[in-house]
Amino acid sequence: MDSGRSDRDAGRVKLPTAIKILVAGGFGAGKTTMVGSVSETRPLRTEELLTDRGTDVDDLSGVEAKKTTTVAMDFGRISIGDTHVLYLFGTPGQRRFWFVWDELALGAMGAVVIADTRRLADCFPSVDYFERRGTPFVVAVNCFEGARRYDLDEIRLALDLGVDIPVVLCDARMRESSKNVLLTLVQHAMDTRLTGTAAAPSAAP
Amino acid sequence: MTSLSDDPAEEQWLDDEAGRIVRPYVMTRGRTQPSRGQIDLITLVVTTNPVTSGEVGLGPEHHTIVRLCERPLSVAEIAASLDLPAGTVRVLLGDLVDRGLVAIQEPAQEINVLDLETYKAVLNGLRTL
Repeated sequence: MDSGRSDRDAGRVKLPTAIKILVAGGFGAGKTTMVGSVSETRPLRTEELLTDRGTDVDDLSGVEAKKTTTVAMDFGRISIGDTHVLYLFGTPGQRRFWFVWDELALGAMGAVVIADTRRLADCFPSVDYFERRGTPFVVAVNCFEGARRYDLDEIRLALDLGVDIPVVLCDARMRESSKNVLLTLVQHAMDTRLTGTAAAPSAAP
Repeated sequence: MTSLSDDPAEEQWLDDEAGRIVRPYVMTRGRTQPSRGQIDLITLVVTTNPVTSGEVGLGPEHHTIVRLCERPLSVAEIAASLDLPAGTVRVLLGDLVDRGLVAIQEPAQEINVLDLETYKAVLNGLRTL
């Protein structure tokens, strides 16, 4: 059935493996800034026209009752040699976009939740979501100028995070800093999924 | 011809240089699903046959995709370049795959993120950035 990608084509074209990492957090927390600082190009924007499948309306009976929403996402690309391409997606942080998250989280290597200490509650939905889904994530505390500095343990406590979830300070504007956040995430995802050294995520309700 | 849109800005027909003259689903002839399987935002696309001049039934967007994907690009990047919703691009890609003009890389399923070599490659790649 996949004649379009037949052996003829497959033998000729060796595509790299695409990997997805999500960058979540509240509005203005620095998602696009982080995507931009570590990507090889300035952030691009893509729009998804999505159907809200949250309503329990049957596919055939309720077409007119379904809501479609256009969701814009900023994303960036990091080429890793010619074997892998890393895509970073800034994920709409609001809870009402949960259905976008489902689509985006599928197959994601992991997620960075950016926390802004001036509005810490804004990242609760993201933390909740990734915990429930079992997607490995780290919390990156974006150090805005003028914001009070908190102890990482205070933030861990405020977010009610397990001891196994890495919490790091970062400056999303700085490439090195964003890079370190990604390294922490990939290491954590590897530990969680492959060696099980991190605690198992709580099961979905 | 008249537009179904209530938005006056959408009623204007503009030329190619000036911008979008048809709504996205006109390009897909009303289809909202691609002719084949899962096409994720990070599905990579590469042109396998750059000759599209003889193909009947392809629109300008199809030709643009074939030209863009001479180096592998993700669906998200194609959508951003064409300034079209990703859903529209998926349908157009289905057409191109059917004609053997592009090849796509199915996105890694959740299970594939269990591959140790992938993590090592990404960690090493990030360190050398």
